[in-house]
Amino acid sequence: MSALNILLVLATGIFLAGLFGVAARRTILMQLISLEVMLAGPALAFVAAGAHHGSIEGSAMFILVLGLAAAEVALGLAIYLHMRRATGGDSDAATRLRG
Amino acid sequence: MSWGVAIWAATVAFGAAILAVTRPSAVHALLLLLAALISLGVGFFAMGANFAGAIQLLIYAGAVVAVFVFVVMTVDAGDKAMAVEREMLRHAWRWPAFIVSLSVVPILFGIGGGQMGDGAPAPVRTEDLGLLLFGEWSAVTELITLLLIAGMLGVRHLGRALGPRLREREPE
Repeated sequence: MSALNILLVLATGIFLAGLFGVAARRTILMQLISLEVMLAGPALAFVAAGAHHGSIEGSAMFILVLGLAAAEVALGLAIYLHMRRATGGDSDAATRLRG
Repeated sequence: MSWGVAIWAATVAFGAAILAVTRPSAVHALLLLLAALISLGVGFFAMGANFAGAIQLLIYAGAVVAVFVFVVMTVDAGDKAMAVEREMLRHAWRWPAFIVSLSVVPILFGIGGGQMGDGAPAPVRTEDLGLLLFGEWSAVTELITLLLIAGMLGVRHLGRALGPRLREREPE
C-alpha cells in the first residue's frame, strides 16, 4: 500500500469521525466542532494527493477549503449563539422552532 | 521530511479527531480538535506543502479555534452540562456508528495497489501557489472571497438580531 493510500484512508477516517460526531451529538456546539473535523479530512486528502503528484493544486484546494471552513464557523457559531437563547443549544429542541 | 512523518502525523490527527467527537465536555473536545489540527499542519509540512502547513497552523489552529474558544467561554460547560451530554451519548451513538460503518465499505474496496512514493515529496513553491490562485484560478478565489463576505454580513445580521426582541421573550 502506497503512502498516498494510507494518507487517503486516514483522511477518510478523520472525515468519518466527524460525520459520526455530527450524527451522534445533540449539542450544536459539538456538532460544529465535528463539522470542523469533517472538513479537516478532505483538506488532508487534497494536500496528500497534491504532494503525491507533485502539483500545487492540492495546496490551492486546501486554501479554498480553509475559506469555506472560516465562513462556516463564523455563521454556524453566530446561529448557535442565537439559538442558544431560544432553545438552549440543543439541536433536538430546534425542531420546535417557529416564527 | 518524508511520507513516514506525514503518515504518523495524520494518524495522530485521526486519533485526536475520534476522541474529539466523543468527549462529553466541549472544552476537552476543543482541545482535542486543536491537537488534530496542529498534527495535520505537521503532516502538511512533512509533505512539502509549506504554505498550507503555515496557513493550517496560523488560521485554522489559531483563528478558527480562537472563535470557538470565545463561544465556549459563553457556554455553561460545568458538571451539570457534562452529565446531560454523557446521558445523551450513552444511548445515541449506535445508529450513527452503523451509518458511518456503512460508508467504510466502499472505501475498503477502493484501496488498491500502487507503489510507495520515491523518497520525500517535492516541496510546493509558494510563488507558484500564488500565481495559480490569483492567475488561473482567480474566479474561484473571487468566489471564496464572496463567500467570506456573505458570511460576514450574515454574522453581522444575526448579531444585530440578538437585541431586544429576543430578550423580552425570555421568562427571566
